[in-house]
Amino acid sequence: MSLNQIFDIAGSGMNAQSLRLNTVASNIANAETVSSSIDQTYRARQAVFATVFNEQQQGLGGSLFAPNDRAGQGVEVLGVVESDAELQARYEPDHPMANEEGYVYYPNVNVVEEMANMMAASRAYQTNVEIMNTAKTMLQRVLTLGQ
Amino acid sequence: MSLSFDRALGLHEKALAFRADRAAVLANNIANADTPNYQARDLDFASVLEAQQSGADQSFQASRTHARHLAAEGFIDQAAGLRYRLPTQPSIDGNTVEVQAEQARYTENAIDFQASFTFLNSKFKGLMTALRGD
Repeated sequence: MSLNQIFDIAGSGMNAQSLRLNTVASNIANAETVSSSIDQTYRARQAVFATVFNEQQQGLGGSLFAPNDRAGQGVEVLGVVESDAELQARYEPDHPMANEEGYVYYPNVNVVEEMANMMAASRAYQTNVEIMNTAKTMLQRVLTLGQ
Repeated sequence: MSLSFDRALGLHEKALAFRADRAAVLANNIANADTPNYQARDLDFASVLEAQQSGADQSFQASRTHARHLAAEGFIDQAAGLRYRLPTQPSIDGNTVEVQAEQARYTENAIDFQASFTFLNSKFKGLMTALRGD
């Protein structure tokens, strides 16, 4: 019964979205973390999502079109990438972290973007919870078969 | 006269399995709503039904080398009905999932599942009545 599969799929979705929320929280918390050198400055982090396909089929080699004739099995986080956007260099000679030229580097976190990202992630999480809830109702219904 | 479950239950058992499979495909779409380049999928009922009836879905059958081997039946070949969704508003990252539409289909599928379940359940109830004879 592939209804059990839905719990894995929705669970993987919730996992991925909560990791995304985690990176958003990290980005916002570090939005004002200054540094005196470019290398040490915090950079905005983003989670990269990818679809999971049936491992069994991949293991067997399967057909050339394996991803085509089977639906995916959920979502996974491939990794967390750091943004390449330019850091903000501000001239603040009085800042304790200022370098010899008087510059302080601020992270490339765009707080407005992060807030939008946060809302999208939390809505996607909620949707996955709803999917799981409906699947639960369906499965409970199946248990009453023949009664 | 032999009484087989396959004949007694008819289409409803397979229909229930199809609904469960489709629910998994739609759940996967929603889980991948933010995956770049993900193409939304759906199972087409008519194609799966046709494949079941014409026996075209037997590509997955296990060969039986012994008389007491059990037939590997009951698999629904997803490939027979798996289609890509045509998006109404494609997004810039190549993702074709429209969460609200997927959610609507998922809910609709859950109702259809309940309908199939009710039919199957009434088949069982009918068998029980026949067995009891009262």
